[in-house]
Order: sequence, then C-alpha cells, then structure tokens
Amino acid sequence: MSNECKVDCGRRRLVVATAAVGGVGAVAALVPFVSSMLPSERAKAAGAPVEADISKLEPGQMMTVEWRGKPVWILHRNKEMLDTLPKLADQMADPKSDKKMQPDYAKNDNRSIRPEIMVMVGICTHLGCSPSSKFKKGAEEGMAADWEGGFLCPCHGSTFDFAGRVYKAKPAPDNLEVPPHYYIADGRILIGEDKKGA
Amino acid sequence: MKKILVALLFAPLMAFASGAALHLDKWPGTVADKPALQNGAKLFVNYCLNCHGASFLRYNKLTELGLTEQQIKDNLMFTAEKIGEPMRVAARTEDQKKWFGAAPPDLTIIARARASEYGSGADWLYTYLRQFYRDDNRPTGWNNVVFENVGMPHILWELQGEQILNKDHKLELAVPGKLAPKDYDKAVSDLVGFMVWMGEPMQEQRQTIGWFVLAFLAVLCVFAYKLKKEYWKDIH
Amino acid sequence: MANTNFEKYKSDGSLQGNLLEWFDARFPATAMWKGHLSEYYAPKNFNFWYFFGSLALLVLVIQIVTGIFLVMHYKPDASLNANGVPVAFASVEYIMRDVPWGWMIRYMHSTGASAFFIVVYLHMFRGLMYGSYRKPRELTWLFGVGIFLCLMGEAFFGYLLPWGQMSFWGAQVIVNLFSAIPLIGEPLSIWLRGDFVIGDATLNRFFSFHVIAFPLVLLGLIAAHILALHETGSNNPDGVEIKAKKDEKGIPLDGIPFHPYYTVKDIVGVVVFLMAFSAIMFFSPEGGGYFLERPNFYPADPLKTPPHIAPVWYFTPYYSILRAMVWPLFGLDAKFWGVVAMGASVMIFAALPWLDKSPVKSIRYRGPIYKAFLTLFVISFFILGYLGTQSPSYWGEKISQVCSLIYFGFFLLMPWYSKVDKYRPAPDRVTK
Repeated sequence: MSNECKVDCGRRRLVVATAAVGGVGAVAALVPFVSSMLPSERAKAAGAPVEADISKLEPGQMMTVEWRGKPVWILHRNKEMLDTLPKLADQMADPKSDKKMQPDYAKNDNRSIRPEIMVMVGICTHLGCSPSSKFKKGAEEGMAADWEGGFLCPCHGSTFDFAGRVYKAKPAPDNLEVPPHYYIADGRILIGEDKKGA
Repeated sequence: MKKILVALLFAPLMAFASGAALHLDKWPGTVADKPALQNGAKLFVNYCLNCHGASFLRYNKLTELGLTEQQIKDNLMFTAEKIGEPMRVAARTEDQKKWFGAAPPDLTIIARARASEYGSGADWLYTYLRQFYRDDNRPTGWNNVVFENVGMPHILWELQGEQILNKDHKLELAVPGKLAPKDYDKAVSDLVGFMVWMGEPMQEQRQTIGWFVLAFLAVLCVFAYKLKKEYWKDIH
Repeated sequence: MANTNFEKYKSDGSLQGNLLEWFDARFPATAMWKGHLSEYYAPKNFNFWYFFGSLALLVLVIQIVTGIFLVMHYKPDASLNANGVPVAFASVEYIMRDVPWGWMIRYMHSTGASAFFIVVYLHMFRGLMYGSYRKPRELTWLFGVGIFLCLMGEAFFGYLLPWGQMSFWGAQVIVNLFSAIPLIGEPLSIWLRGDFVIGDATLNRFFSFHVIAFPLVLLGLIAAHILALHETGSNNPDGVEIKAKKDEKGIPLDGIPFHPYYTVKDIVGVVVFLMAFSAIMFFSPEGGGYFLERPNFYPADPLKTPPHIAPVWYFTPYYSILRAMVWPLFGLDAKFWGVVAMGASVMIFAALPWLDKSPVKSIRYRGPIYKAFLTLFVISFFILGYLGTQSPSYWGEKISQVCSLIYFGFFLLMPWYSKVDKYRPAPDRVTK
C-alpha cells in the first residue's frame, strides 16, 4: 500500500492540480455564455426611465405611460377619490402598505409622493392581467351597491381602491406596485428611477 | 528545391496580380487617445451625422470615451431623445434616396469595411478625408484621389480649404481653410480615431482579456505537459 | 477493438457501488468506457499529426455551443429595419455590441469556422501520409469524406447568415453553379433559392440547414467515423497493424490504453491549440481579411456587386479548379465542366482506398515517386488556394490549369505509380 503511494501520490497530486486549473478555466469560460442571456443594451435602453408630462392631467383623470413594456398609470385623484381611502381601510388586505410593494417615499396613507398624484404599475399582482378602471360609484359601473370606485381585474375579479390597495379576500395577494419615480419639475415625472441622492 | 519551385511558380503571379495600387497615408493616431476620440466624436456629430447614420452605436456608449451622460446629452445628442438610443441619421433614408440617388451608407463599421491589402481602414479614411480636390466636371464640384468620382461633396472644406490637382497630378492647397494644414490633419486623425473606435468599441477590452486568457492557458499548459510526462513514464 | 464482452460492474456493497451496478446492468456504461477509452488499445507511436482528430472534435463542440447562444440573438430576416439596414445584418452587429459578451461568442464562432477547416485539412493530410485510408479502414475514410462534404455545406450555409456583401454574392455565385447542369439547372437553382435572386426565402432555409439539418447529419457521420475507427483500430505513422502481434492476454504488444495515455496527451494538444485559437480570436479576429472578409462589413446589396469577390479561404482551391476549366467539351459549355471538375476534385478523395496499390501504407517506407507526387499535390493545393483569392488573370488561369492537372494526376495516376514505385518493407512492430 505504502509502496503504491510512492508512485501514485505525485501522479494524483498532478491530476488534481491540472483538474483544478482546468476547472477554473471552464468556470471562467461559462461567464460569457451565462451573461449573454442577461438583458442586452437594447433591452436596457428600452427599459430606461420614461418621462411623463402631467401638467395637463385634470383631477379625476388618469393617463397611461409605457415603462419596460408595462402600463404605468398616473391618476390625478380629486378630493372625492382621496376621501374614500380612509373609509375603506378596514376592507383592505394591506391598508398600511406594510408589504414592500412601493418605494419608501410612497409608503403612506395615499401611497404617493404628492397626495393627489397616484403612480402605479397597472398589472394585477395575481396573474398579470391589467385591471380596468371602475371610477364611478356602485351600480353605475355594474358593481356592488357599496362600491366606492377603483379598479377591477377582469381576469379573476380582484378589486383595488384609488391607491391601488387590494380588497380583502380577493385572488390578488398584494397591492398594485408603485414604481420608482420622482418629480423632475412641477409638471414632469420621471418613472423608473429614484431621485438621485435621495 | 521545394522553395525554388514555389518561388518560380509564384513569381509570375506577383507580377500580374497587382493592379493599380492605392497609396495610403498611415493614420497617425491610436484608439487609446481618449481626448482625441472625444474631439473626433464632436466632429462626427457635427459634420457626418447629418447625412450618415451610425445606427449600431448607442449614445450612452460614448461614456466609454470618458464623457458623462450629461455632457453627451448637452453637446452631442441632436438626433435622439434618450441616451440609450442609437446615433441615427438626422435625415430620413427615403428622403436621402430622393436627394442623392442612393442613401449615404451607415458609417458605424466603415473603418472595418474599408481595410484592404493597401492599408487599414483607418489609413484609407485618413487619406480619403484629406484628398478632396476641386473638379468642375463633377456635379458636387468635388473629386477625390483615392475615391474617384465620389458622390459625397467635401464636407470639411471649411476647415481644410480648397485643394486642386496640379499638372503633375499632385494636390495643392489653392484656398486656405480655417485650419492650418497641420491642424487639419490632426482633426481628421481624431475623426478617423473615433470611427475606428466606433467600428469595434470593445477592441481594447478584447485585447486585454486576450492577454489574461493566454496567460492562463500558459499556466494550464505547464500542468498538462507535466501530467502527460508523468503518465508517459510508463511507456518509455 | 470494440469488445462487447466486458464484465458488468460489480458493487462493493456501498450505496454508490449499488447505484453504479443498477445503472450498468441497464446501460452499457462499462462496456462503452472500456471499449472506447480505458481498454481501447491505440498504437504507442502516435506523433504530432495525430492531435488533429481530437482537435476537430473540440472545434465541433465550440461551434455547437457558441452556435446555440448565437441563435438566441440572431434573426434570419432580409427586410430592412427602421434605419434602412437589413435585419439579419443588424442582428449580427447587435450581438457584437448590445449582447453582453456577444462579441466574444461571435468571434469564437467565426474563428472556429476557419479553425475547423485548418484542423480537418491537417487531419486529412495525416491520412494521406500514413495510408490511413487503406484496408481495413476504407469505411472510416468514406465516413470522413462524408463529414468533409457536410462541413463544406455547413460552412457555405452559415456564411450567408451575416447577410453582408460577401455572404450575398458568394451564395449567388455558388447557387448559380447548379444552373450549369443541363436541362434541370435553371429550375433547380430557383428551387434552391426559393426566389429568383438570393432573398429572404433563401436566408431562412439556409438558416434552417445551418442550425438543424447539417449539424444533425454531421453528428451522425462523426459517430459513425469514430465507431468504424474503433472497430478496426487506429493506424499509425509506421502503417503497421498492431493487432497482428498480441500478448497472451490478447492485448496488442504495441498498443497502449487510449485512456489515460492519449487523453493526457491530447489535453496538451488541446491547450496548445486553444492558445493559437485565442491569439487569433482576441488579437486578429478578422484573420487579415481571410477569416472575416472585409466586404462583409457592408450589408448585402442586390444591386451592387463588390469589385472583387472571392470565396472564404477554405473553398478557394476548389474555386480555382472551377475557374481553370475554360473549354467547352462534348457540346456542353465550359461552365458545366467547371462545376464537374470542382465536384470531382472533392469527391475523388472517396476513391483513394481503391486507387492506392502500394504494398506499404506509410510514407516512411514509400519510394521517391509517391513522395514527389504528394509534395506536388500539396504545393498545387496551396497555389490553387492562393489563386482562388485573386482576381482572374491570364497567368493565374494558366497556372491553375497546370495545378489542377497535378491535383487530379495525384489521384488518377496513383494506381500506376504506387505499383511501380520503390519501397522498403514495413517492419513487423512499430518503431520509436
């Protein structure tokens, strides 16, 4: 046994050493191939932040901009809409927005930087359909009589209020996502980026 | 014996294969000279991009020349709204076809396409942009020594001035331009440098990685050779 | 050498051993490992020339892996994008610039194409020198010729995909060769293109051939090539059949197990090859305009032929033979005979096992006539290759005609000169 080792130990060390060096090379060679499947410069450019001009957005109106291929809603809430929010708090699954569905600067009762301007990604957190707006009250929208206005996902019936908060006992697990955004100037929002240095 | 045979067979080829040779001036710059490339980028955007696109190059790639995104937006970005967009031509392709008969080619990889047995693509561009001369027989009023009957007018004539072809078929500066000949050569060299860089922006990175790969393989080679020697002791 | 009577794996009682025994009882793992590697006995006197078989396999792997990743980003589409550039051409530049590390994958693939032919040409030359095509390895050789043909097709189809000027006009010229065939030629070339010129339909079918059809056939042929080789056992620089002299256990006296001896040796070859490969790929990916031709940096333009078109370097010897035929014969025009000559110059390799009448296999024991013919053949192959890259000229034509004669003479005169040539008797055992 010991005799065998004298011949073989040097050889075994060399095998291990060569395999180790070769293995490092093989792993390094994987890097370009694996990374080539990451988003390309084109995808990054297409996913770059978008600017939205909200100076002409009247209270009660909503506009949609495209960011990373997804609809982003900018809703100018009027007083009436804002007043529904505290009333509905006990019907909401996550009224205080404790789950991380928004940047910290939008973690407040209105889920927004400015109380009246709501920015959110218009994709249901259940299975990715885009909810439709049901802004009017009750039967006028074909909803239940106590409907205060908000959004209804046509796919599986999840409902959301004017802050994108999801109602209790609905398929969607979370509130609608608030994307990173900030005000470049008074009437202009940049969607897709947090304010630098903030 | 073999060598003589090969030489004999190739001799007539050498004599007949060479047609009209192009004489190109060597491009004096290097892609490592980033300030020169920045100046080249400015010239390119101001003079070339009006008619030629560089549609494979995104504006934000220019940050690799040492510019900030804000500098690019303020000074270079006239044909796009977002920094990630490619350097498109200012005019539309269909319009250009109407105006010039053919759309001016995209210039992103022109420096690679123009290489030949006479010199690199950089040499060709460096010579071409300095050898326009006045020719009243041409619709544009311009002709070129290395690109006969060229369709493009001398877009940099303000800077270079007007050259003519004299009786000995040599170029002569008839009307001086804004720049002295030496400064004009430098400006063209910078512009060519930018075009060489744009043809393959990763060329410096490519070579750096190449050295690492070769060094690694050299190490692996030593191990592999020792291993082979170790095993083959059994045979010899 | 493919002995199928290897004993099945017996477990030593450990979990790992039990699993292996279970597996080996249901799959010929031990038999394959031993039959093709650890108990495949290869002659112990392989020299430098015997690296190129395993290197060809390595390049194949490189091409397949890089190819898989290129297909993720490439688009076979001849229509123009918003910037007036063909989509296919733009997608190649997209890979070079926008895809992370895409440039490296693309350069590996383009350098790999040329490397494949360098390695395969050297591998074939080894076969010529040492008589590896001779009995009993005729079938290995024939599969090899099939691989070579397939590889040429694969390279040709792949060359259209970047949709540059050389891609377009190269394909235009080659497809038009088929129109030289009497009667059916014209409809045949239209059928191949799926259009009256090389167009979007052609690009898409070439893409399909390049990524699916030909790789599949190529893999099958390579498997057959290796299986046939392992059935007869490898030839060697002495051209001696090592199976003729065996020890009492039935192991050839001059044989050594392929694994580990030739695996560790081939690893050295692989690393040295990769160094040369990387040197080209990282420092001169255009290969001086031979690996990536300059006109291919212009997008395909059906209205403008580049001033000088030449095939990629690995096709140029055959292209020269095509151009050397300038005489009409038997009422058929020169173009037709050019195509015939070009086809014959590739196919004639298949006849080699039956043309060689020498009593010995290896060049080491052959006489001066064979050596002279082989030397002349190689020289004319290089000259034809060089001439194929040049514009047609008077002297070029004459020289290529002489070289074509030598090229075919090497094969067609072989039954005569291999018989009358002097030779030294080959030894019984391999030499050092």
